[in-house]
Amino acid sequence: MIFFHNIGLYFTMLKKMFDKPTKWSVMRQLIIKDTEDTVVNSLGIISFVSFFIGGVITIQMALNMTGSLYPKYLIGFATREIIILEFAPTIISIIMAGKVGSFITSSIGSMRVTEQIDALEVMGVNSINYLVFPKVIAMLLYPFLISVAMFLGMLGGMAACIYGGYSTVDNFITGIQTEFIPFHMTYAFIKTFVFGLIIATVPSFHGYYMKGGALEVGKASTTSFIWTCVCIIILNYILTQILLG
Amino acid sequence: MIEIKNLQKSFDGIKVLSAISATFERGKTSLVIGESGSGKTVLLKCLLGLHNYDLGEIKFDGINYKNISDKEKMGLKSKIGTVFQGSALFDSMNIEENVMLPLKMFNNYSNDEMLDRVNQVLKRVNLENTNKKMPSEASGGMQKRVAIARAIVNNPKFLFCDEPNSGLDPNTAIIIDNLIKEITDEYKIVTIINSHDMNSVMEIGEKIIFLKEGNKEWEGSKHTIFKTDNESVTNFVYSSNLYKKVREMYIKNS
Ligand SMILES: Nc1ncnc2c1ncn2[C@@H]1O[C@H](COP(=O)(O)OP(=O)(O)O)[C@@H](O)[C@H]1O
Ligand SMILES: [Mg+2]
Repeated sequence: MIFFHNIGLYFTMLKKMFDKPTKWSVMRQLIIKDTEDTVVNSLGIISFVSFFIGGVITIQMALNMTGSLYPKYLIGFATREIIILEFAPTIISIIMAGKVGSFITSSIGSMRVTEQIDALEVMGVNSINYLVFPKVIAMLLYPFLISVAMFLGMLGGMAACIYGGYSTVDNFITGIQTEFIPFHMTYAFIKTFVFGLIIATVPSFHGYYMKGGALEVGKASTTSFIWTCVCIIILNYILTQILLG
Repeated sequence: MIEIKNLQKSFDGIKVLSAISATFERGKTSLVIGESGSGKTVLLKCLLGLHNYDLGEIKFDGINYKNISDKEKMGLKSKIGTVFQGSALFDSMNIEENVMLPLKMFNNYSNDEMLDRVNQVLKRVNLENTNKKMPSEASGGMQKRVAIARAIVNNPKFLFCDEPNSGLDPNTAIIIDNLIKEITDEYKIVTIINSHDMNSVMEIGEKIIFLKEGNKEWEGSKHTIFKTDNESVTNFVYSSNLYKKVREMYIKNS
């Protein structure tokens, strides 16, 4: 029962997000701040993770393709497919659900606990629009972050390949360019876009509707991370079935 | 004037306010007192429209805000200033931005005009030259004063304060109480203060309503609260030895 109630509440929240918009002069600053908090401040960790995981993917591909049966360029090819199709859009999103999602839940949740949300409401502000909408707009830049992750993932792969002597640069680059299917990029970015919206709204929901005190803020962050992951994993399956199946 | 008639509120079937009726007059500091959990905050949030109440009527200067358009609601909201229990300052904004936000929301002033007004109210609460401090860098008493400045920046006609001096030392608490009283007199505001502090009662209790478990048990003023023989009130008022002594002296003298 509570589960269905919450789903209804989530969609009500999404609808209310567009009611009674906040003044543009205020909203502009909120968007800038939220873009910094969510996308810009995640560049470092996302770059770091992508580069090194890209390297590991390449090494494992190379080790699984020993013997003369496989042409060397397949290492680059496999690395590219894994990074574009799954690693960058999905795994990075799970990391973002942890980093950005828990930040969103705890910042909105602590505003709820300390009555800052009530204070917004009595000032005639639509607090859902004020708090959630700029985060959704900020996450429209999320595909940019994922492009960086894709690029650095492949760069990391190439670096690992050369450093470990698994294949030549030329082979790797040939592999990256082999049988490139543009629709795979479309698929990846559709996923990214949807996951971005999930990362902005599901944690906001958990923060906005939380009850209790400081301890519950921590609990809400954990619950929010779990549900964000569940949504991402399920939507990942559904979108893959629809778009590639 | 604010009139409450027969106000009832329950959460999940548990009654929190039962049939509260009261009037609060302009230019007076009215206190709602009672133990914690007696329903003071819920009453205040019903007045603010943050809680929907089950039954009853609330009128601001004769207007029941349940029956008015959204635009009129905004108009009413612009006339209400609120000081929340924990100050509820926005952590991510400095003091100046905190005080300026209600100005931005309800008006179309230029930046300079807003800044002038902000400095004016910050001066009124004795907080000059703290504009750029963050709330986390301010003491509890300063935070309360910022919250008061934010509440009065739009020249409100109604001021609600939820335990404005909880967590402050007695001296600072009295300063805050008197500040609210002065502002109420100065601008002729309808002021409602939630409190469980006997010092506030004695300083500024021009009208006092005593809540117990969601019922209005007693109504009076700082002049009559010592004379009452309502047991719930006397138990609350004379819970400390200091006030027991005060009462003995009071009875001896009169
Ligand atoms: N949002 C809520 N949901 C359920 N019960 C609540 C809620 N807010 C307050 N209550 C209950 O209402 C009663 C009165 O609370 P409150 O008005 O906060 O007391 P106080 O007089 O200390 O301000 C308490 O028993 C509290 O548990
Ligand atoms: Mg309270």
